[in-house]
Amino acid sequence: MVVETEALTELGEHIASQMPDAVRKFEVRVGELNVYAERDQIVPLMDFLKRNQMCMFEMMIDLCGVDYPERSQRFEVVYHLLSMRLNQRIRVKISTDEDTPVPSIVDLHRGADWFEREAFDMYGIVFSGHPDMRRILTDYGFEGHPLRKDFPLTGFTEVRYDDLEKRIVHEPVELTQEYRNFDFLSPWEGMTSQIPGDEKATTEEEGA
Amino acid sequence: MADDIKAVPGEDRTFTLNFGPQHPAAHGVLRMVMDLDGELVDRIDCHIGLLHRGTEKLLEYKTYLQGLPYFDRLHYSAPMNQEHAWCLAIEKLLGLEVPRRGSFIRVLYCEMGRILEHLLNIGTFILDVGALTPITWAFEEREKLMGFYERACGARLHAAYFRPGGVHQDLPQDLIDDIMTWCEEFPAIMHRLESLITENRIFKQRNVDIGVVDEKTIMQFGFSGPMVRGSGLAWDLRRSQPYEVYSEIPSSVFPVVIGKNGDNYDRYVVRMEEMLVSCDIMKWCIENMPKGPVLAKGTKVSPPRRAEMKTSMEALIHHFKLYTEGFHVPEGEVYAAVEAPAGEFGVYLVSDGSNRPYRVKLRAPSFAHLQAMDHMCKGHQLADTSAILGSLDIVFGEVDR
Repeated sequence: MVVETEALTELGEHIASQMPDAVRKFEVRVGELNVYAERDQIVPLMDFLKRNQMCMFEMMIDLCGVDYPERSQRFEVVYHLLSMRLNQRIRVKISTDEDTPVPSIVDLHRGADWFEREAFDMYGIVFSGHPDMRRILTDYGFEGHPLRKDFPLTGFTEVRYDDLEKRIVHEPVELTQEYRNFDFLSPWEGMTSQIPGDEKATTEEEGA
Repeated sequence: MADDIKAVPGEDRTFTLNFGPQHPAAHGVLRMVMDLDGELVDRIDCHIGLLHRGTEKLLEYKTYLQGLPYFDRLHYSAPMNQEHAWCLAIEKLLGLEVPRRGSFIRVLYCEMGRILEHLLNIGTFILDVGALTPITWAFEEREKLMGFYERACGARLHAAYFRPGGVHQDLPQDLIDDIMTWCEEFPAIMHRLESLITENRIFKQRNVDIGVVDEKTIMQFGFSGPMVRGSGLAWDLRRSQPYEVYSEIPSSVFPVVIGKNGDNYDRYVVRMEEMLVSCDIMKWCIENMPKGPVLAKGTKVSPPRRAEMKTSMEALIHHFKLYTEGFHVPEGEVYAAVEAPAGEFGVYLVSDGSNRPYRVKLRAPSFAHLQAMDHMCKGHQLADTSAILGSLDIVFGEVDR
């Protein structure tokens, strides 16, 4: 593990020194190398990672979005790359917001095509230069981006087959019981409202 | 089926054909819109997502333990391999050690999952190219293996057997003995199955030199598993980035099986050989399995034993807290990958330090493989598409998640 961390730090330093414009910072955590990159420089950086003799990250394993609504640039795009030749992995991260497009890496990794479409579908992250920016996993005619943190788990519409109209109809979601989301982080498990009898406890205390 | 025939004789021979989503060779719910030039495939546009259940979104609303059974429903013919990736990701963040016996049981059941999946894949693949018998023989073995699943965890398909820190229950000795007996009988059955298919002339005509994958395609599309090994690249995560006890298995027991030409036929051969190797690994696991606990003890991650709860107040509280609140995973992010039967199955887990994951991305091998359908089928006959699709080993549970 120690040897691994050293090797990864060395690799990170190499990338940072060769591509100073593209790499904001890098860190090794839990035995994995994270590189934080500039959004506009992602294509040159990916090209470098693919061709450089010390990197040889020829394979894009995964591309996904992550949503942090509290940040000004709310989305992160996370790339996982693998080098089969050197048997090493790297994670590259860039950030963006709802409107700013991310340069597509389809020209470098053809396999990024569907992954970028998925990130667009799930988060609404737009990739510029992508040949075919359509939705991929959600239904035809779906609205919204379901993996955003502000999209409710239950969604907005539900579908059913209407026997009278002989077609599928979309209707607003109606649940007999709301989805119960427990807050386990507060010591009282999310009880914010007063329970009958609570008021007695405070008055007695004050009285005593 | 041809919904848009625009061919004018002598002028333009291309037309569009819709394949699926309800088609016996679609391996679930795949819809392909094909542009055909006569009988040659010009372009394939895959429409996926018909089985999308929002697993990644659901996982964000469940505790780590509640999330585990969702992994059975991804690649539903080899459920435990997926659970494994999830457990590895959590363990990596928690810094949790798995007891040795737990590790052996995991390997044993993961290899069983590999056989389950390859048997299903080969059975359906051969069905797609026209042979009816092998699938029934393959499913007979699958039934026996699912019996072993049931005896370990109580469920034939959706196991929910692995836990962060090990496996849920220890295996009884008679089950281990029965698995050993099965392992000894299995090669003969494989031989019988092979005698039906491997040298079959029709099977060869349909598959040799069809859907050839070269190294460039592998790198471009992010292939893994038998798709890579069929082309002669000795890449197996169990060997190159070993987890659990794979690094201890001698190479005489566990060689990396590779093909040569990267066509459908080689991928079939690789899968057949891998099943025999998996069978050997299972035997090795049983022979070398130590005694001891199967789940990490003394952590807040594993439940206390029933007997303890009868006497100890702390154990009772711990049990209650574990199954309501669940355990907290330290802040950070991690990518854990396993060599699932279809290829590299990865879990990218972002934790914010609470009892629920902040973001989970499931990296499914089938997703990457299916994407190359257009590239692989270009210029092939229409009939070859179903053969290529069969050899890709697609399971829609994990493509659509």
